[in-house]
Amino acid sequence: MTLLWLSLIVLIPLAALFLKTTELSLDQFLRIVTGPRVAHALQLSFGLSLAAAAVNLLFGSAVVWALVRYEFPGRRVFDAIVDIPFALPTAVAGIALTNLYAENGWLGRLLAPLGIQVAFTPLGIFVALVFVGLPFVVRTVQPVLEDLEAELEEAAATLGASRLTTIRRVIFPAILPALLTGFALAFARAVGEYGSVIFIAGNLPNVSEIAPLLIVIRLEEFRYADATAIAAVMLVASFLILLAINLLQRWSERRTRGY
Amino acid sequence: MSDQPLTLPGYPSRTGYPPGMRAFRTPSMVLRQVKPASDARADPTPMRWAIIGITIAFLTLFVVIPLINVFAQAFSKGLEAYVAAIGNADALAAIKLTLIVAAISVGLNLVFGIVAAWAITKYEFAGKSLLITVMDLPFSVSPVIAGLVFVLLFGAQGYLGPWLQAHDITIIFALPGIVLATVFVTFPFVARELIPLMREQGTLEEEAALSLGASGLRTFFKVTLPNVKWALLYGVLLCNARAMGEFGAVSVVSGHVRGETNTMPLHVEILYNEYQFMAAFAVASLLALLALVTLVAKVMLEGRAAKE
Repeated sequence: MTLLWLSLIVLIPLAALFLKTTELSLDQFLRIVTGPRVAHALQLSFGLSLAAAAVNLLFGSAVVWALVRYEFPGRRVFDAIVDIPFALPTAVAGIALTNLYAENGWLGRLLAPLGIQVAFTPLGIFVALVFVGLPFVVRTVQPVLEDLEAELEEAAATLGASRLTTIRRVIFPAILPALLTGFALAFARAVGEYGSVIFIAGNLPNVSEIAPLLIVIRLEEFRYADATAIAAVMLVASFLILLAINLLQRWSERRTRGY
Repeated sequence: MSDQPLTLPGYPSRTGYPPGMRAFRTPSMVLRQVKPASDARADPTPMRWAIIGITIAFLTLFVVIPLINVFAQAFSKGLEAYVAAIGNADALAAIKLTLIVAAISVGLNLVFGIVAAWAITKYEFAGKSLLITVMDLPFSVSPVIAGLVFVLLFGAQGYLGPWLQAHDITIIFALPGIVLATVFVTFPFVARELIPLMREQGTLEEEAALSLGASGLRTFFKVTLPNVKWALLYGVLLCNARAMGEFGAVSVVSGHVRGETNTMPLHVEILYNEYQFMAAFAVASLLALLALVTLVAKVMLEGRAAKE
């Protein structure tokens, strides 16, 4: 029964997408996905998602370190709000960020004199993608860092390692698989993100138009073949990311067992 | 919140900390307590301050300010305008539709989630890890694609479109389509919360109940279900939050008919695109409130689960 329901809701619909793609010849398919507008949208989506996931990796590491290792006022509140980008509907995040970074918004007003425009530019898309990817690195690394034995660090210190060396040679390798998993999850989420991006993006073709939006536009124009081809490219990318995450998890399990 | 230091095993009195060990507070609710900083784990003070500073600045900039902004904009024209915006007929219709969609989708995924978690953790079968991977697919698939696949299946030009039209059934641009898309994107939530917990608990208790003569169903309701009730409740909450807030997938299949197939997030979009910013933020504030309530409930449930 599990399998039947899974097939009905997930597998058959996804299979339909690939079936639809096979109606195109390879030549047609390539012409669609390498067309300038589609190619730009795909590049923009993947490129900005990668950048946003990298920012989340960097700042997420700081956040998780502070939450697990330090005591500071408001720690519990900050720990709880890490989940907000998860729980807040994307459309709400979208209009809130747009409003903030618009020229007369709270933050846009501060940035305008510096000549920085965020809303309705690719930079705005980047901000939205950082927002939606924020919980992933923190929540993947947090349990691993919490479970890390104090003895490891004590042993390193006893053997004369400086704090920095301990972090670099003992702690970092131990949390590396979790860091990479969090990075991959944030990346996967950002690539497919739609709701929080379309408000702030400005959606200019060839400038700030993301791939998921282009799928919607093609659908509304009843150009199903085009929409399906773009979707197929993105779906294959999701599969690959999912595969990478699975391999990472297996790697990390092997390592924990090795200790 | 209690200011009393934790009694550590081996140190009988509450003040009996060995010299050099910092007394620390007992967190009342969620977080595991920060381990007392032994010297080997103490970071240099500048690093400490820098990391705490970065954390607070980053989370404030990206999470706290946007969240406050939602409520500030919603109430920017006063309470009366806020109430009027929410009491608007189209807004009420959107709220009603959202509640209906969420109720159906959460119900379906609740049943499926329990069955799937039960099958995965209590039985051995081939292809189990593949099944778990496939179940997670909706997490990594773009919501737009989730909507698209149902248009390809059930839309007027879709594979089943002609047959549906012949039998006068509409799925796309109507309630069934919205529910299908929502079920798709919320598919893994309940099962994912249950699987790790049920795996940890194993099958011993069930086997005991069965060997004492309880029926399978009775075992499930008297043994399995009570063991996982908090995780189950949390899964349902998450599933519900996502179901009510889903935008991309629903947007593709809904058809955007005001007062008919517009859920709350879609209504927010329409209002915003019509430059009715305050009204958009008013409806959005309800959704933001839902997110906050979900998080508070999460914190409380985690505390409850930890206590047991």
